[in-house]
Amino acid sequence: MGEFTAGRKAVSFGSLIIGLILMIYGLGTAIAKTGNNLRGAEILIGAVLFFAGLYLFPTLKYHRTIVNIIFLFPLLFAFAVTVIIPLVLGIGYSFTDWDGIRIKGFVGFDNYIRMFKQPGFIWSILITFLFVFFNIILVNLVAFLLALLCTSRIKGLGFFRAAYFLPNLIGGIVLGYIWQFIFSSVITKFTSAFWDMRYSMLSDTKTAFVGIVIVYIWQYAGYIMLIYITGLNTIPEDVLEASSIDGAGAAQTLFNIKIPMLAPTITICTFLTLTSAFKQFDVNLALTNGTGSVADFMGNYLTNGTEMLALNIYSTAVINNEYALGEAKAVLFFIILAIVSIVQVRISNKREVEM
Amino acid sequence: MKNKERSSIIDIRMIIAVIVAVYVLFPFFLVMINSCKPTDMITKNPVGFEGISFGQLVTNLKDVINNTHFEFWAAFECSVIITVVSLVLLALFGSMAAWVICRNHTKWSAFIYFTFIASMIIPFQVVMLPLISTFRDVGKFIGISMLQSIPGIIFAYLGFGGAMTVFILNGFIKGIPLALEEAASIDGCSPEQIFFRIILPLLKPVITTVTILNGMWIWNDYLLPSMMLGQNGKVKTLPVAVQAFVGSYVKQWNLILAAALLAIIPIVILFLLAQRQIMNGMIEGAVKG
Repeated sequence: MGEFTAGRKAVSFGSLIIGLILMIYGLGTAIAKTGNNLRGAEILIGAVLFFAGLYLFPTLKYHRTIVNIIFLFPLLFAFAVTVIIPLVLGIGYSFTDWDGIRIKGFVGFDNYIRMFKQPGFIWSILITFLFVFFNIILVNLVAFLLALLCTSRIKGLGFFRAAYFLPNLIGGIVLGYIWQFIFSSVITKFTSAFWDMRYSMLSDTKTAFVGIVIVYIWQYAGYIMLIYITGLNTIPEDVLEASSIDGAGAAQTLFNIKIPMLAPTITICTFLTLTSAFKQFDVNLALTNGTGSVADFMGNYLTNGTEMLALNIYSTAVINNEYALGEAKAVLFFIILAIVSIVQVRISNKREVEM
Repeated sequence: MKNKERSSIIDIRMIIAVIVAVYVLFPFFLVMINSCKPTDMITKNPVGFEGISFGQLVTNLKDVINNTHFEFWAAFECSVIITVVSLVLLALFGSMAAWVICRNHTKWSAFIYFTFIASMIIPFQVVMLPLISTFRDVGKFIGISMLQSIPGIIFAYLGFGGAMTVFILNGFIKGIPLALEEAASIDGCSPEQIFFRIILPLLKPVITTVTILNGMWIWNDYLLPSMMLGQNGKVKTLPVAVQAFVGSYVKQWNLILAAALLAIIPIVILFLLAQRQIMNGMIEGAVKG
């Protein structure tokens, strides 16, 4: 202990104590609701002082531990407050009649039972799965073909790659409106001229669904393409050379060498398209806002024909003010997402091993 | 003979590549030409060049920028502040945490790491509703508003971006030889000096990667800011402003597309400047994630 000056000891102990007092005072006035407007600042300054004191604490033995704590604290604190606590609270709230502000009582599984009595919600689940299914296949297919194109020897490769990737940089809200314009004002010009179709394809549920898929491929395929390109470039040149010496044609090389060797990349890309398509919200909101009529679904008339799960949760809670019900749907959404992604990773891993 | 065959194949590929490029870039082209037209010309012919004038572009942009629902400069400033501060803090706190987690082989560090990884699968929808009420309550409790405030949303991004940031950084730090740190420690470096003088400079390439990934996400994110800041609050990010603006002008396509143009331009400029880094960053993030 002799290596530390008295000054450093004094500063360390001083700031530790002042920091603690400030934090306790701030918290105390907050709990007592005395209307102390500086309580937030006091707690913050107190915490900073406390950590400064801790950092200067005259010890060699525990200095490493102290640094570790200080280094971990900011991120872990933010993580706990924004992810862990709301997650635990949310799961709890889904069993109550929470209205976004207060809870009157526990209702057990009522919310979970109630949401399955909503045909609109079941419809949302179904079209979300349909959307995910189409997306996994189409995005991967388009992206893979583009990747093959972009690894062949054509001029202006850099330009094409960048161009195909560009849509991925634009946020879903903005590009949703751009495509709404294209569907409702540009494409109708052509369809009304050639086929006498004057209505936007977004006004009919089926074609609107196709529209969302088109926009999503347009946005996402360029990104997945980049990952496939990386995968294709890691295939050793001599393997391809050997196969061409053995007389393999382009198709044979593709199916017997390139695709099997790309198995890990395919796993990554399937996972990415799966999770992102499941969580799709922005494009859905900006393009159709979930509208679209369904004449008869389980004996009901629906007006939310293109509303996918994420949007359904949002409108249940925020638009219809049914927070507890929305939260219950969100918990179910979480469970579905977790199961589907675990199953997908399992299946792909198995297949990778087999290959 | 063989050469000839090959060149024809290349030509077909080239044609396909060009067609796809035209398809992919066409929406951007439409945004550009139509934000230079008055509304009636757009309804008349959305793909033609007639009615285009630079003066009209200026008028449209002026209308959008000064619009009370959009308030472009305020939203732009807000977006820049939120994105930049979140990115700096995420890079700093993220590498600090990743370093500690990576270099300590205790039960706790393994538990924290596992929790981070597991949390990446949590969809935002599950946490968003209780998050808002928690932030509202905490804000009331400590007397600093956490909703409708820039520090509050930066704090939220720190929490949501933390897991992925730590995960990618952790993979990189593992590859840095421990001998380097041991040598520095023998030379009398304290742990924090080791981190800031030796580790942090080495992390530059991977910090670029996480910054790009987080940057794309935070800049374009809509749901979190719309929930936290509200549609018509004083503080708005660009995507929220676009949504609020379009919500108030249903069919004024010239203005909507001008707004889209304003939202696109900063990103496209950034992409042109740092194309290679952005594309590599996106790839690395995906392959490691």
